[in-house]
Amino acid sequence: MLSVALDKRRDGFSLNVAFEAPTPGIVALFGRSGCGKSTTVDLIAGLLDPDSGNVRVDGTTLVDTAAGVSVSAHQRRIGYVFQDARLFPHRSVTGNLRYGLKRAKGVRQRIGFDEVVSLLGLAALLNRRPHQLSGGERQRVALGRALLSQPRLLLLDEPLASLDTARREEVLPYLEALRDRLSIPMIFVSHQFDEVLRLATHVVLLDDGKVVAQGSPAEISLVPALRAIVGPEEVGAVVDGVITAIDAEKRLAELRLAGGTLRISARDVLDPRRAHHGVGSVVRVQIFARDVILATEPPHALSVRNALEGTVVDVTDDDDEVLVRVDIGGVNVLSRVTKAAVEALRLQRGSRVWALIKAVSLRGHTFKRPEATSPMP
Amino acid sequence: MLWSLPFAVLAAWVLTRVRFPGRTLLDAFVHLPLVLPPVAVGYVLLLLFGMNGPIGRWLYQVFGVQLAFTKSGAALATAVMTFPLMVRAIRIALEGVDRGLEAAARTLGAGPIDRFATITLPLMMPGVLAGVVTAFAAALGEFGAVITFVSNIPGETRTLPLALYTAIQSPNGDAIALRLALLSFVLGLTGLVLSEILARAMRRRLGR
Repeated sequence: MLSVALDKRRDGFSLNVAFEAPTPGIVALFGRSGCGKSTTVDLIAGLLDPDSGNVRVDGTTLVDTAAGVSVSAHQRRIGYVFQDARLFPHRSVTGNLRYGLKRAKGVRQRIGFDEVVSLLGLAALLNRRPHQLSGGERQRVALGRALLSQPRLLLLDEPLASLDTARREEVLPYLEALRDRLSIPMIFVSHQFDEVLRLATHVVLLDDGKVVAQGSPAEISLVPALRAIVGPEEVGAVVDGVITAIDAEKRLAELRLAGGTLRISARDVLDPRRAHHGVGSVVRVQIFARDVILATEPPHALSVRNALEGTVVDVTDDDDEVLVRVDIGGVNVLSRVTKAAVEALRLQRGSRVWALIKAVSLRGHTFKRPEATSPMP
Repeated sequence: MLWSLPFAVLAAWVLTRVRFPGRTLLDAFVHLPLVLPPVAVGYVLLLLFGMNGPIGRWLYQVFGVQLAFTKSGAALATAVMTFPLMVRAIRIALEGVDRGLEAAARTLGAGPIDRFATITLPLMMPGVLAGVVTAFAAALGEFGAVITFVSNIPGETRTLPLALYTAIQSPNGDAIALRLALLSFVLGLTGLVLSEILARAMRRRLGR
């Protein structure tokens, strides 16, 4: 269990966060720039001291202002991957990697040098110097360096923010691999919801120094406060499903949800770079509200591959439009429709509807592979 | 020079990193030799470290060390005079060290002394080196404080500029003076070139 409760005031900004999450797993601290995410991780790492509060990781108290406990940052064994990597310029990649390892003597070793090198694909980089690395490579080395310090908790402060989309793809699969293979709890700071979607097991939504909501990504995706952060276009329910069939010819994959079957374009599932997708793996999908059509009668003769029957549980005005939440056998889906449509279909709580979702609008992120022995990305 | 280096690093560190009430005063004190007439500095040294001065007497009685009118005294005088130059250069180097890297070292389990030795010091090395070379060059030319504190004793406290001055003063010293001037020219130039080469090599290692 990871438990954090912290208060800090400085420069007119007041931070007051508290959250708990099961370990291992990835907790995402999500929010706009300046909402207090980085301050929170600095406080957890011990680079800043809280005015009051406590931090506990798996039964070890690292800070408890009430009890007068505050473990010094260099003795906390909390790994930290900074947004700007912060590799030591006067040391080679090997020298950087070994820096924390050397200082973790006497600690039970969870992960060794060779394992980190192979897990993060660093073998070809070992003799290089930091200035000879690309942005993505730098972040991988920083990640390896932090892992080798044998941390009880790993903090990742927007490790992808300084990278462009292509470079992000050089790092993200490795983070997924760490989550699935190692049992080190992580806190991942981000202001990109798609990153959170791919990595997090628990989301803490921050706004203006306060926790607005926390829960699973599926729960958080339905929270109204999210809209202001991601923008109205990116609002959409997140669902987890298990791949039950892949039709390579029709380029379609079937996903079993709690309340039915969802067909998604196999574009991602068959992507060779993500060959580890397969029948049995857990896939996380975000169904954008703008892509969901509602019908009050069973539809026929439509190109749409998904028509999921459900009940309207909530109708909320959202500026000039309306967000409708539909319960489909326990899974919630959001749909954005016009006020005119709500009137015409007489949509209200309890209405019986069919949610029509284009298969091509759905992108799948593998969340867990069927077994841990599949080849590395 | 080597004796004063650790003190210069310490002074630079204190002046850059530690916030305390008397900081401005200490800053001014460190820089004092730069603005005082060198003869005045030499005179103060003589008052403090001379055989009748409070520190000088104590040093002689306890350790049997005499500084006034000796080689060691000449070294002390030049060290005091060049101290501000060294501190300034080191301070600039220290201010250039990314504190984020120190924070990173901290999260990797490095304590304060460990951090300074493995991160801060290596990163400020080019600046320290520049400070040492500048101070060394200035030390070679130090005149006023030396002649006041330790006089101009042949074979003992006669530094290069003192020898040069003596040569110019003597009737047939022109040839010697010219040779000494040339020597100081060569020494100075070699020092500057060497430090530039070293600094460049270090910067290349750091990838700048």
